[in-house]
Amino acid sequence: MKTLVKGTLLGAMMISGSSAVYAGCGIEEGRISIVGNEFPAIQTVAAAAVACAGDGVEATANLTADHQKINVAGMQGNPAEYTSAIIANSSIVALMNEDVIRPLDDLIAEHGQDIPKNQLITINGKVMAVAFMANAQHLAYRKDVLADLGIEPPTSYEEMLAAAEKVRAAGASEYPLGGAYKAGWNLAQEFVNMYIGHGGEFYQPGSAVPAINNEQGVAALEMMKSLSAYMNPDYLTHDSNGTGAEMEAGNVIMMNMWGSRIGKLQDDEGAPPEIASNIEVGGPLMVGDSGTPATTLWWDGWTVAKNISDADAVATFLAMKNGISPSILNEETMGQAVWMIDGYEPAPVNQGVFASIAAGSTAYPMLPYHGLMHTALGNEIADFLTGKEDAATTLADIEAAYTTAATEKGFL
Amino acid sequence: MSSSVAERRSPLLKFFAWSFLISWLVLAAFPFFWTFWGSFKVEGDFFSKADWTWAIFGHLTQAETGGAFTGDGYHGAWIQEEFWRAALNTLIVVVCVVGISLTIGTLGGYALSRSSYNYAFWLLIIALMFRALPQITLVSGYLLPFYEWNLWGKLPTAIIVLVAINQPFTLWMLTSFFKNIPKDLDESAMVDGCTHFQAFRHVIIPVMWPGVITTGLFSLLLAYNDFAVTAMILSKENQTMVPKIASFLGTTQTKGNVMFAVASVVSVTAPLFVLVMFFQRQIVSGLTAGAVKG
Amino acid sequence: MKHKTFFWFVLPTSLAMILFIALPIVSVVMQSVYAPHEQVIVEVENCDIFGCKKSTMVDQDATRELREAEPLGRFVGTDIYTNRNHLATSEVGLAWQKSSSLRDFFSEIMNLPFYRALAFTLTFTFVVTPLVLILGFIIAVSVNSIPSILRGPTIFLSLLPMIITPLIGSLILFWMIDSRGIIGTLLQQLSGDPNLSMKASTPLTWVTLIFYGVWHAAPFAFVVYYAGLQSVPKDTLESAMIDGASRWQQVRYVILPHLVPLTTFIALMQLMDNFRVFEPIVGFNASAHAQSLSSFIYDDLGGETRLLSSAAATSVLTIVGISVLLAPVLVRTWREFGRTKK
Repeated sequence: MKTLVKGTLLGAMMISGSSAVYAGCGIEEGRISIVGNEFPAIQTVAAAAVACAGDGVEATANLTADHQKINVAGMQGNPAEYTSAIIANSSIVALMNEDVIRPLDDLIAEHGQDIPKNQLITINGKVMAVAFMANAQHLAYRKDVLADLGIEPPTSYEEMLAAAEKVRAAGASEYPLGGAYKAGWNLAQEFVNMYIGHGGEFYQPGSAVPAINNEQGVAALEMMKSLSAYMNPDYLTHDSNGTGAEMEAGNVIMMNMWGSRIGKLQDDEGAPPEIASNIEVGGPLMVGDSGTPATTLWWDGWTVAKNISDADAVATFLAMKNGISPSILNEETMGQAVWMIDGYEPAPVNQGVFASIAAGSTAYPMLPYHGLMHTALGNEIADFLTGKEDAATTLADIEAAYTTAATEKGFL
Repeated sequence: MSSSVAERRSPLLKFFAWSFLISWLVLAAFPFFWTFWGSFKVEGDFFSKADWTWAIFGHLTQAETGGAFTGDGYHGAWIQEEFWRAALNTLIVVVCVVGISLTIGTLGGYALSRSSYNYAFWLLIIALMFRALPQITLVSGYLLPFYEWNLWGKLPTAIIVLVAINQPFTLWMLTSFFKNIPKDLDESAMVDGCTHFQAFRHVIIPVMWPGVITTGLFSLLLAYNDFAVTAMILSKENQTMVPKIASFLGTTQTKGNVMFAVASVVSVTAPLFVLVMFFQRQIVSGLTAGAVKG
Repeated sequence: MKHKTFFWFVLPTSLAMILFIALPIVSVVMQSVYAPHEQVIVEVENCDIFGCKKSTMVDQDATRELREAEPLGRFVGTDIYTNRNHLATSEVGLAWQKSSSLRDFFSEIMNLPFYRALAFTLTFTFVVTPLVLILGFIIAVSVNSIPSILRGPTIFLSLLPMIITPLIGSLILFWMIDSRGIIGTLLQQLSGDPNLSMKASTPLTWVTLIFYGVWHAAPFAFVVYYAGLQSVPKDTLESAMIDGASRWQQVRYVILPHLVPLTTFIALMQLMDNFRVFEPIVGFNASAHAQSLSSFIYDDLGGETRLLSSAAATSVLTIVGISVLLAPVLVRTWREFGRTKK
């Protein structure tokens, strides 16, 4: 934790003082203003980008957990307040919908030939963002407990249920399963995983008409309910912080967890060493027989605003390119994320994310209206899990809530 | 009330009153002492998912730091994360909000208490209705124009917004307070040839302090504790304390430094403790003097 | 006071309120009757670091003209207000025809998101407000009866729950009531149920939220009542005592009437604040069991795709709701105002 904090601090210092020593990056003039989330990997990228400030080049970064609430408003003006937004595959959609980010093809042709092609995010043939890190949810488990009971680490949710029953029967833990099931965004995310794992499609092809009230939808909900029987009764209030703490306390034996969180589970803080040293990562969990893992892949990347001058766009592009250049990787920053940057050496802790990619998992849907679906899922699923209504009613409620919202937004 | 009333109480009633009062005080104060105590522990102890007694004796704190208490949370928050910047910003915001709020609030409140026309009443009622709008709606409405006019992220913007949001309550309190200052005071001054403003300045201002101080304390609490406005319209370098604490809590994909948050919560509450300790008499006497007569 | 003088006196405060509250309200009302334009959706192929796949996107060129022709959006009148996510008029009508009993009808209604939020908001408001008044009054009377040397510290401790930031106060209590936290464990011991969890069931979550609401607001009622008790007319009280009035009669005929205006004031503020309850729901992670109108708005504004019109409609409905709640209090104030005029 200490080194990480120092990294953040270093980032903050570099952001606040635009030092002339770092000036350069081949920028002659322009304004760079970055908005994004505030976790350490993004702090690192933003710090390296802001370091391009110098003569005639002004650079600032505003990194906050509330970035999604302010980035659209901050890019709608002309000229836009923010020249670059750091986003993920779910949140680029809001910027695309409002038409506030520009295609990067011309900038890449002129200034960005050295950016590896696999980092480019292409929408309808146009490069709209450059990715620099990946994330995914996958299995995390206690190898000592499973080994003692002679249980193989599960590869599917069905095996996980069986393993949970054995752990409970053996008295090793009353509530052996964990998961970020907090009502709202987290719970919806678990459903998205589970539904994709069952091979479900969210919409009728090529349209915004919802199509989740089907067999796969019911199966996904039923699986979530079966799992919840082995979770702490408070599971609907546990986000990834909550369920992580349960694992560190030795209560949770197996869970589906974000790859980016594993490092903190294994470090020497928050848990007695005999627990922390036994937390191990597995691959993505399968469910049913669709062959697609029940998880989604995520990337984080940067964009360039549309409503800014060409000079500012070039400056921003060059600065952000510098922000994700291999030179940002050092001993300290290497462990901050699964970087998609040349020169990155994966640590054992990142194996889960790579296993998820290798297993052919799908990326989180990048659709203009999926945010509305996610919100509707998050608000309605709890009613099923608490036993207030059956699966079909819940799915019908989700579709109705989504349809109303999508109609208001003009998608239907 | 006179002590003779208390004397006439039956012992049973007294017993109930005392035990009620003691349980209330425990209920009111215990979470604060618990948090204060816990802020010197490590996260595993403070949350004590394994065994709640760890929070008292510091089992993991012992294991991780070698002592039963640790100042790591405070060190992390104040020095590594530069919480003092946020404290400074809060100080600026609070001083300005209270100052401006009271200045324009006393003027308005005085006028409302002295006008006998219907529009004065309606102004007060409309102000009250304004208070009904959920702050989150207001704030999301501000975003676009503030970015457009380059006002977003700056301390003065947050100050003005907080002053405005705070006006209905301030006006309501001060109006009823001024109503309890006899009209004869300023009217006789005006007979002596003062203008209304001069009467206000020379006659009313000297006697208005109890009510103003009480109202000021309530505005101070609002500005100091605000989250909805400051989190959304202040940039990172101008952030105040409460949003800064929220940012310690982490997000879905990354873990926060929750003990930094706990230590900052204690740090944020400490000045309020001192304030309430010194001003509790003023709060009560200000309210007694009439700010609450409906 | 003359119109002109009045104008200058109230100008600064009115200006602040008009700019930052009245204008936003106007824009909120506008927003609630205009929705975004219809979006043309086209099928495209997207490629990211994990590979390419078929997807869709909004055709910006096709929607741009529409946007420029009508920058406010498309006028939808009261559609947003009556749609399923708000007043759900047609769903309510259908439920009324379909359901055989009142009970059926209500369970149908409670499945609609707006009514679910409204139900909690109203319950919270109407349970917390009276409890705050009662608890505040009892604390005030108790504090008033103890020796004056102890009063200072007692008032200080009693005021603590009020001064803490709501978000943080609820977070602290949330940590403490965990089934393995200190209060959670205590409750398990008291109830004799080792599996009791305050966070797992809807009724207990409601109880927790209401308890928090009372805990947080009681000090406000207390301090106002306490101040009121200091100004109880002493001579009236003494003459009542001389007349042989019992303690109860003193309270009933002298003290309570004196405190009625204060009650109006506290009730006014409490009704308003409780109707907008929001922070505890976030702090207690309670959204699975309880939604309020404010948290409903927050969901619309905080999602990946923001629903501005929906949030605006809910906000307008909140203002209407509060106006209805406050109407009796306002009528009272109006009468009083009329009296002072004479």
